[in-house]
Amino acid sequence: MAEGLFKEGIAAGRLSPEAYAENFGDLHPPLDRHEALVESDRCYFCYDAPCMHACPTTIDIPMFIRQIGNDNPLGAAKTIFDQNILGGMCARVCPTETLCEEACVREAAEGKPVQIGRLQRYATDSAMAKDRQFYERAAATGRKIAVVGAGPAGLACAHRLAMHGHDVTIFEAREKSGGLNEYGIAAYKTVDGFAQAEVDYVTAIGGIRIENGKALGRDFALADLTGEYDAVFLGAGLAGVNALRAEGEDADGAANAVDFIETLRQAEDLAAQPVGRRVVVIGGGMTAIDAAVQSKLLGAEEVTICYRRGQEHMNASEYEQDLAAANGVNIRHWLQPKRVLAEDGKVAAIELEYTALKAGKLAGTGETLRIEADQVFKAIGQSFDAAPLNGSGNSIAMENGKIKVDAESRTSLAKVWAGGDCVADGREDLTVSAVAAGRDAAESIHRAMSARAK
Amino acid sequence: MADIRNDFVGIKSPNPFWLASAPPTDKEYNVVRAFKAGWGGVVWKTLGEAGPPIVNVNGPRYGAIWGVDRRLLGLNNIELITDRPLEVNLREMKKVKRDWPDRALIASIMVPCEEAAWKAILPLVEDTGADGIELNFGCPHGMSERGMGAAVGQVPEYIEMVARWCKQNTRMPVIVKLTPNITDIRYPARAAKKGGADAVSLINTVSSITSVDLDTFSPEPSIDGKGSHGGYCGPAVKPIALNMVADIARDPETRDLPISGIGGVTNWRDAAEFMALGAGNVQVCTAAMTYGFKIVQEMIEGLKNWMDEKGHATLNDVIGRATPNVTDWQFLNLNYVAKAQIDQDLCIKCGRCHIACEDTSHQAITSMVDGMRHFEVIEAECVGCNLCVNVCPVEDCITLVPLAAGAMDERTKKKVSPTYANWTTHPNNPMAKAKVAEPAE
Repeated sequence: MAEGLFKEGIAAGRLSPEAYAENFGDLHPPLDRHEALVESDRCYFCYDAPCMHACPTTIDIPMFIRQIGNDNPLGAAKTIFDQNILGGMCARVCPTETLCEEACVREAAEGKPVQIGRLQRYATDSAMAKDRQFYERAAATGRKIAVVGAGPAGLACAHRLAMHGHDVTIFEAREKSGGLNEYGIAAYKTVDGFAQAEVDYVTAIGGIRIENGKALGRDFALADLTGEYDAVFLGAGLAGVNALRAEGEDADGAANAVDFIETLRQAEDLAAQPVGRRVVVIGGGMTAIDAAVQSKLLGAEEVTICYRRGQEHMNASEYEQDLAAANGVNIRHWLQPKRVLAEDGKVAAIELEYTALKAGKLAGTGETLRIEADQVFKAIGQSFDAAPLNGSGNSIAMENGKIKVDAESRTSLAKVWAGGDCVADGREDLTVSAVAAGRDAAESIHRAMSARAK
Repeated sequence: MADIRNDFVGIKSPNPFWLASAPPTDKEYNVVRAFKAGWGGVVWKTLGEAGPPIVNVNGPRYGAIWGVDRRLLGLNNIELITDRPLEVNLREMKKVKRDWPDRALIASIMVPCEEAAWKAILPLVEDTGADGIELNFGCPHGMSERGMGAAVGQVPEYIEMVARWCKQNTRMPVIVKLTPNITDIRYPARAAKKGGADAVSLINTVSSITSVDLDTFSPEPSIDGKGSHGGYCGPAVKPIALNMVADIARDPETRDLPISGIGGVTNWRDAAEFMALGAGNVQVCTAAMTYGFKIVQEMIEGLKNWMDEKGHATLNDVIGRATPNVTDWQFLNLNYVAKAQIDQDLCIKCGRCHIACEDTSHQAITSMVDGMRHFEVIEAECVGCNLCVNVCPVEDCITLVPLAAGAMDERTKKKVSPTYANWTTHPNNPMAKAKVAEPAE
C-alpha cells in the first residue's frame, strides 16, 4: 500500500518534517531594515492619500511610511496603532490588494503598489518586539463595561475604552482570546503564536480583564450584563456555519472548513494532521482558499475548489486566488454540490451540477460532474447565531440575520452596542473592519458615559 | 560616427574623459587600469615637494550622503595630496607616459608659494614627458591650513603670481585648478589668465561636513571622535560646477580661456552638459570611485550616440553651444508666459502638485472637481513657476506650455505680447531705461 504522499484516504504524515516547517512558514517574511527603507522610499507621500481612504481604519499610511523612511519605526507604529490597535494582525491578514495597495497611486502608475502591508508589519513588529506601549489610561471613570467576544472587534473596543479610563471585562466563549485571529486564519499567515502575543500587547494597557470559557447564553445572559455593567458591547462574531444542503454531507470525511482551519492553527504537530489524498472545497471566499491551500500544504495530491458562480463573483481576492493556483489548487467555477457520495460511510466522491445565470438567477443546468474525493470541506459562509442573545426578556432587533445597529453602533437595546461580523452595518467582514467597528463603538460608548456623567 | 577625439590646449587624447587628480590616479597600477578601460587621460594625483612625504589620517578619509537605496549622491574627503615619495611618482609617470603615448598625462602639483619651490619641481615633472601641469589651488582641507591648495585659490593675486612662475619656468601647458570656496569664480579665473595660464579646471571640492553622528555627536567622517571639514564632490555638486563653468565661459575677460570641467560628472549626459556650457573636456573622479573605471565605456558610447543622433560631428560642434544662452536675470524675456498643463492620461492622482502649489505657492491646482479627486491647473492663478513639474513623480505628466503671442493670460488678463521685453525697461524698475538693453554679444 502506498505511503506518504500517495496514501489513499485521509492520512497524516504525508510529508517529511522539514516540508511541514517549510510549507507552514511565514507567507511573507518580514522586511529587514534596509528593505523597509527602500520600500518606504517608493511612497510618494500623496496628498489626501487614496490608500488612507481605502483603509477601513483610516490609518495615516503616508505618514507612517515616512516615519519608517526616516528610521523611526516606533513612531510609525504609533501612527498605525492610533487608528488600529490590531495593526500587527491587519498587516498580516488584510487583503491589502483590494484595500490600501489597490488604491496606491503606484498601482495605477506601474501596477506595483508600495508594499503597505509589509511596511506596516515592519513598524508594528518593531514596537511589539520592544514591548513598547504608547498609550496611558485616562483617569479612572469608575464605569464598568462588558465586552462579549475577544475577537478583533471586542479587543479594539476594549482597548479604546480602557484608554478612556473605563474598566472592561471581556467574556470570551473560547479557551483562547483573539477570535478569528486565533482560530480562523491560515497558519502561514500568522506564525509563532502572533495572535496571542497581540492580545497580550493590546491588553497590556491595563483595565481589561478577559474571562475565557464564558459563553453568552450558556454561562450568562445578556440581561446579566446590562444589569451589572454600565454598557455592553457585543462583538460575538459568527458562530454558525452554513450547511451545504446537499445529500450525504454528514458522511465521514465531510467537514466544515472553519473547523479544519482552526484545528491546524491549534495543532502542535502538523505532521499528525490528517488530510485526504483528494480534497474538494466547496465555496469561493477566503475560507475556501485557506482550507484548500493548507490541504495542499499538508500533502494532499489533488485539491479542487468548486464555486457555484464565476471567477468574477468570488469573494476571495485575486491575490488569494493566485496564491491558491500557485500552490497547485485547481479552482473550478459554475459548479454547485449535489450529493456527497460515500462508501462504507466515508466520503468517496462528490457529485456537482453545472450552473448558469439565467435572467440574473443562478440555476443548475442539469449536467453533472463527479469528482473523486476523500475529503470535502464546506466553506460557503458563516452565519450569526442569535439564539444565545435573546431570552431573559431580551429581544434584540435584527436585520438580514445579523444584529441591527445605528450609525453609533447602538443596538435596539438600551446600553448595548455591537460591532464586527455579527452586525449588519455595511462594513466588509474583514478583521480590519471589525477593528474599526469596535473602536468606533468604544468612542460612542465613551461619549454616552461622559454625557451621563455630566 | 561622431569623432570625440579631444585637443585641450594642445594636449591630445582619444576622448574628452580624463580622470581628475585624486586617489584613482595616485599610482601606475591604477592609471594603467584606467587606460586599459578606455580613459582618455589622467591628471596624476597631486605631487608635493621632494622630501618626507605627506601623511594621511589612519581612520576614515571619506564621508558620504546617500539615497535610500545607498546610491551615493555626494562624497567628501579629507585625504591630502599623494603620500608617496616624489621620485616614485615621477618614475611611474614617465613609464606610463612612455607606454601610453596616445593618452593625456597631466601632473597635478602643489608646493609652497615660493618661486624656488616651483622652479625645483617643474623640471622634474617635465622630464617625465607629462603633457601638462595642473596647479592644485583647490583642495579646501588639510593642505590649505599650510598655506597651499584652496588657501592660494582664494587669493587671486597668488594665483596670478604662481601661474606666472610656472609659465616662466616650463614649456608645458599650465592649467589652474580652481576652488569653488570663494564668492565669485570669475576673479580667480581672471587672475589665472593674467598670470598666463593656458586653461583653468574646475571645480575642486566644496568645503563640507557630510553628517553628524547623533550618538557620539562627532562630525563625519569621524577620526577618534573628531571631524574636520572635507571636500565635497559627486553628483550633488554638479549644478554648482555647471554654474561656475558658465560664469567663466561667458565672462568677457575669460571667454576664450579653455576650461576643463569637473564636478559630479557621472555619465555622458553630464559631460555633454559641461561641454555645452563651455568646458573643452571633463574630469571625473567620484563616479569612477563609486563604480570603477568601466563607466568610461558608457560615457564614450553614450556621447557618440547622442552626437550622432543630433548630427554633431566633433566635440567642437558641442563645446560652448549653451554658453550664449546663459544670461543675467535682467535680460530674461518678461513677455514669455508659460502655464503648467497636466496630462490627465498620465496623472496618477498622487496630489503632490496640488499640495505643493496649495501650501507653498500659488493655489493654482485643484484637488477636487465635481466631487472627484482631480488635479487640474487653474490658469488664472498659475504663474508658471514649474514647482509642480518638479515635484510630479511622473515624467512629462506636467509640462510648462508657453502661451502663443496674442493669447490671453488668464492671470493678468492681458494678451501675450509678441515682442521681447526685459527688466531693463520695465515700468516697475526704478532704473528703467528707455530702450531695451540686450546682453552683450
